[in-house]
Amino acid sequence: MKYLTPVAAGLCLSVLVPGVALAEVEYRAAVLRVDAPGPLPISRMDLKTDDLGFAGAELGTADNATTGGFMGQTFVTETVVASPETVEAEMQKLLDAGVTYIVTLADAETTVKLADLAGDQALVFNAGASDDSLRGANCRANLLHVAPSDAMLADALAQYLVWKKWTNWFLIEGSHPEDQALAAAYRRAAEKFGARIVEERMYEDTGGARRTDSGHVQVQSQMPVFTQRAAAHDVVVAADHAGVFADWLPYHTWDARPVAGSAGLVPESWHPAHEAWGATQWQTRFEKQANRTARDEDYQVWMALRVIGEAATRTNGGDFAAMKDFILSPDFNLAAFKGQSLSFRDWDGQLRQPVLLTAGMVVASVSPQAEFLHQVSQMDTLGIDRPETECSR
Amino acid sequence: MGGKMMKLTALACCTMLTGSPVWADKIFVSNEKGNSVTVLDADSLEVIHTIEGMQRPRGITASPDGKVIYVCASDDNLVRVYDAATYEELPSLPSGPDPELFVLHPSGNPLFIANEDDNIVTVVDVETRQVLAEVPVGVEPEGMGVSPDGKIVVNTSETTNMAHMIDTETYEIVANVLVDSRPRFAEYTPDGSILFVTAEIGGTVSVIDTASNEITKKITFEVAGILPEALQPVGLRVTADGTKAYVALGPANRVAVIDIASLEVTDYLLVGQRVWQLGFSPDGKLLYTTNGNSNDISVIDTETDEVTVSVPVGEQPWGVVAVKSE
Repeated sequence: MKYLTPVAAGLCLSVLVPGVALAEVEYRAAVLRVDAPGPLPISRMDLKTDDLGFAGAELGTADNATTGGFMGQTFVTETVVASPETVEAEMQKLLDAGVTYIVTLADAETTVKLADLAGDQALVFNAGASDDSLRGANCRANLLHVAPSDAMLADALAQYLVWKKWTNWFLIEGSHPEDQALAAAYRRAAEKFGARIVEERMYEDTGGARRTDSGHVQVQSQMPVFTQRAAAHDVVVAADHAGVFADWLPYHTWDARPVAGSAGLVPESWHPAHEAWGATQWQTRFEKQANRTARDEDYQVWMALRVIGEAATRTNGGDFAAMKDFILSPDFNLAAFKGQSLSFRDWDGQLRQPVLLTAGMVVASVSPQAEFLHQVSQMDTLGIDRPETECSR
Repeated sequence: MGGKMMKLTALACCTMLTGSPVWADKIFVSNEKGNSVTVLDADSLEVIHTIEGMQRPRGITASPDGKVIYVCASDDNLVRVYDAATYEELPSLPSGPDPELFVLHPSGNPLFIANEDDNIVTVVDVETRQVLAEVPVGVEPEGMGVSPDGKIVVNTSETTNMAHMIDTETYEIVANVLVDSRPRFAEYTPDGSILFVTAEIGGTVSVIDTASNEITKKITFEVAGILPEALQPVGLRVTADGTKAYVALGPANRVAVIDIASLEVTDYLLVGQRVWQLGFSPDGKLLYTTNGNSNDISVIDTETDEVTVSVPVGEQPWGVVAVKSE
C-alpha cells in the first residue's frame, strides 16, 4: 500500500455530502516525456511546445480533482522532461518515489524499456508511440496504450477511402523505420478493406533542414517530379511519421489527386476543431488553461489521467491492484468526447477509440465508418482484433 | 401566415392523434443547427411558424401557464424568451456562459440553468431577470431536474459523473450521487419518490431513491442487432400518472419504455435518427421525440406506445416542449 497515501486533512470544499466521513486518498501519477534532438518540423505551426502533453495532464488532473473533491480523493501529477540518455534514471526516480501511474511520451523502443523497468511496481500508459509492435510481439502486461496504433490510424483512413470508392492507392513511404512500420499498416489496411496499392515509392530522407527561407521554390519542382508517372491511382497515401515530406505533397503531386495519410486527410486522435459529442467544452476548458489549442499528445495524456480518475471514482479509493483490475475489466468505460464509451482491449492493452479524419481546419469525418460492422464493438474494426493479435500478455 | 395555417385542423391523417379541441396545442422544437425554433400545430402537425434570430438553441421549456417559451441559446450565452401566442421575443435572461439545459421551478420561477463551460448552475429570477445565485458543481454540468415540491433541483455533471442535489432555498448542495459515465438528464416521478438519471456513455438509467439518495437499480438496455455502445440514454420523461418512463436512446434510434412499478424495460419504439430529447403533449396522451440526425420529430401515442408519425422540422432538432393554446 505504499502507493496510497491517505492524508487526514479536512476538506475545504463546502459542497461535500454532510455527515459522510471521508478519508482522503491521494493518487500519484507522473507524465514522463522524452525530448529527443532532431530537425524541426516542416511547418512552424507544428513546432513542439514546452508544455506538450503536460497541458493535457494539467486538465486531466483538474478534471479528476473535481470528482475527487466530492469523493475525498486528491490527484497529484508530476511532469518530467527527459532526454533519451536520462529517461531511465528519471523513470527509476519516479518508481523509487512510489509513483504507480506513469504516462509516457516516448518512442516505441524507449516505451518498452520503461515498461520493463516499471515491472509490477507501476502501470505504464503509452500516450505517445503508435508502433504496432508495442501492441504485438513487444507487448507488456503492465503497459496500456491510450495513443491509437498505426494499424488503427491506417484502418480509420482506409475505411473512409473505401467508403469513398477511392480504392487505388499510390503509397509513398519515408525512409525512417517508423515510416516503414506505418507503410506496413497501410498495406495491411488496404488488404483488410479491399483497396489496392497500385504504386509504391520511398521518399529518402537525405538530411538537411526541413525549413529554409523560400524553400517552396525548390519543393514546387521537386514534388511533381517525384510523383510523376505513377500507375493510375485515386489517392496518394503518405506514410511519413518522421515528418520529412508529406506536408509538401498536397497541390504538388504530378497528377491532380487528393493526398491522405500523413498530410491532407489525416487520421488522428484529436484536433482543435473537433466539436462533436461535447468536445467543445473540452476544447474551451483546455484553451482557457493552456492559452493554446490542444495537440494529440495533450488529449492522449488527458485520457490516461482520466482512466486513473475514472478507476479511482469507481473503485472508491481502491488500491493499486483494485485499480488495475478495474481498468482492465469489462466494467471499465471512459467518456472521452468520441461519442461512445472507450475501454481497453484485453488482448493487447490498447484503448479502443474512434479516430478523427482531419482536413486542415476541420474534422472531415470520424471512423469507424458506419458501414463496417463488427460482432463485438464497431471500434474493433480499427486496428488489431483479438484473433490477429501477436501479443501474449 | 401563422394564423392562416392554424385553421387547418381537419386533416385526415391527424384525426387519430387527439380529440378535436377548438384551439390546437402548439409544439415548439429547438433546432440546434438551424438556429431556430419550429412551431407546429399539434393537431395538424403542420409547421405554423419558425422563430429565428438565435444561435445554437438547445434546452427549451415553457412557463407553467404555457404562455412563455424559454430557450437556451447556447452560443448567444443567454436564455431567449418568447411569447407562445405571438412568437414575439421578450427580454432575454442572463444565463452564464454556454447554457445547455435548464429547468423551471414548478411555480414558474426561478429558472435553474446548467452552464457547461463554467461548471456552475446559474439561478435566474425570470421576473426581475436577475441572477440569484451561482452554484459550483462538477465538470460540464448538463442535466437539470426539479423535485415536484420544488425543494430540490438536481444537476448532472457529465465529466464528474454525479447528480448534485441542490436545495432551492439555500442554493447549497445537499447530496451528491455518483452515477455512470456522462449523465445527461434527470427527472423525478410525480410523487417525488424516485429520481431517474440517464448516463449516455455508461448506457444506464440510475434509479435513485430520493429518501436515502441511494441508487436502488441501474436499468440497462438491449436491442437485438444494435451494439451496446450505440445504446446511449439521453432524454427521459415520466408520465403524469407515474406509471411509465420513456428514455431516448440516442444513436440507437429507439425510445425505451420503462414500467416504473417493476423498473423493467417493456418496449423499444423505433423513431428517427439520434433521438435526443422528449416532451409530452399538455394532456399527456402523446410524446414528442426530437431526432437530431433525421431532422424530424416522432409522435408516440402513450396509451398504445406506438409511433404514429414523424414530421420534418428544422436542422438538428434538439429539444421540444408542447403547450396548450388559449
